[in-house]
Amino acid sequence: MQIYLPIAEVSVNAFLLLGLGGIVGILSGMFGVGGGFLMTPLLFFIGIPPAVAVATEANQIVASSFSGVLAHVRRKTVDFRMGTVLLVGGLIGAALGVVVFNYLKSLGQVDLLVRLCYVVFLGIIGSMMFVESLRAIRKSRAGGPPPKRKKHTWIQKLPFKMRFRTSGLYISVIPPVIVGIAVGILAAIMGVGGGFIMVPAMIYLLGMPTKVVVGTSLFQIIFVTAFTTLLHATTNFTVDIALAVLLLIGGVVGAQIGTSLGTKLKAEQLRILLAMMVLAVCIKLALDLLIMPSELYSLGRAGGH
Amino acid sequence: MLRAILCLLLLTLPAKAEEVVLGLSQDEVAITATFDGSQILVFGAVKREKPIPAGPPLQVAVAVSGPSEPVLVRRKARRFGIWVNTDSVLIDAAPSFYKVATSAPFDTVLTDVQDLQHRVSIDRAIQSVGATFGTAAGSGGAQDFTEAVKRIRGSQDLYKILESSVIVDQQTLFRTAIDMPANLTEGDYSIRIFLTREGEVISLYETQIDVKKVGLERWLFTMSREMPLVYGLMSLAIAIFAGWGAAAAFRVVRLR
Repeated sequence: MQIYLPIAEVSVNAFLLLGLGGIVGILSGMFGVGGGFLMTPLLFFIGIPPAVAVATEANQIVASSFSGVLAHVRRKTVDFRMGTVLLVGGLIGAALGVVVFNYLKSLGQVDLLVRLCYVVFLGIIGSMMFVESLRAIRKSRAGGPPPKRKKHTWIQKLPFKMRFRTSGLYISVIPPVIVGIAVGILAAIMGVGGGFIMVPAMIYLLGMPTKVVVGTSLFQIIFVTAFTTLLHATTNFTVDIALAVLLLIGGVVGAQIGTSLGTKLKAEQLRILLAMMVLAVCIKLALDLLIMPSELYSLGRAGGH
Repeated sequence: MLRAILCLLLLTLPAKAEEVVLGLSQDEVAITATFDGSQILVFGAVKREKPIPAGPPLQVAVAVSGPSEPVLVRRKARRFGIWVNTDSVLIDAAPSFYKVATSAPFDTVLTDVQDLQHRVSIDRAIQSVGATFGTAAGSGGAQDFTEAVKRIRGSQDLYKILESSVIVDQQTLFRTAIDMPANLTEGDYSIRIFLTREGEVISLYETQIDVKKVGLERWLFTMSREMPLVYGLMSLAIAIFAGWGAAAAFRVVRLR
């Protein structure tokens, strides 16, 4: 069934959108990532204008993250305190990110920089996670004691300490706020929720338990993407509500399935799966930059993007 | 008095030998939520006071054109091993949609001079005369950029020349069908009908067809432009509600 999208001004198959939403929703529930880093390129691929894809994707992430976080709240795997601290940083970062984005746009070449950002960050994070998870799996197979997390001594020395009961941490609020800001900036530039950066940062930098990380990340993502959606809707008028509804119907159902799938898998397996997916997207984007495109020309609206 | 003068003026004007009486299958194209393209039937008759002139038969060309807008065309090139946008050219005006249907091969229907005057062929419909803005301007490569517009829009079924697709009966009745793809943009589309003999335009008839969003599509589009904050909040409310709804529904399913 074809459906005409009022803002994107293209006609697409409704079932294709439902399916895409569903697949990305499952990933979102399993890994606590918004799925934007997968969905945004997929939307480009089916012919949605990039500006609309990025803005609408933010709205869809709100839905799938909200659906996912409810399941986590019931299982008490959300650290609200940590989430709020990260969120404060995230909102500051997102606002900064939009300023940076508009500056890059005035210079031109913003597409290229966004793509390079994707390749670099997905590449680094994907390979780091992959190696880590492999090591962890090997250790658990050898039957040794579970690896102990490194205690960052310099983090322990920072002021403004706060107790995060759910995570079992007593650390300064400075590192989480900085993580929030950094992720917020990247999220705004790359047009994603930022979960794929947030999750590893929480595990490796803040030392949070993996079980809590997913729910907390989703909690924070809801607010950052909601903020981004409003920003896009009021400045660029690029949020397509019809597209969003189709994507999020698939997305919210997928997120529920994903969350229950996630509880059945071991943490290491979960991490290695996510690492592989991140690497796959990274390689695809890198190839797009390296291989000669079939159409060298592209059309744009004069004066706009 | 004024009317009498007008009548006199009209009478003194040279009457056209052959004129178009036109019919369209629809006056407007309504873009609804399930819009997946449309077909416009253009049909008509040739009105004439004198008998059909001898010589080569009457030919008909029908040109349907969407609103013209400037287009910025970018070209990629390899820099430091990766493909990046390097050059750009601003095309002054290119129609968002352009199809020409003719009753014979294009060259037979219209001479090059007449095409130049009336801007009928795709090449002429795209105005890149002043392609002076942009990084590749003046390097003589502007033609490649115009070609790119034709190629890209052609592959999207937006630009097309349909030769020998207008059926002409007894040099008096003519009809053709123009397909409009699903990726139409809004605006006033102009329809021009040319009657030609020996490649010379003897009569030109112009009319418009409205392409616009209706119903829900119209409402959402207007709202996103006029009340963006409300629109944004509504999108968020739908998202939150859908998220909560799915979570609640799955909880019920699991509890059973």
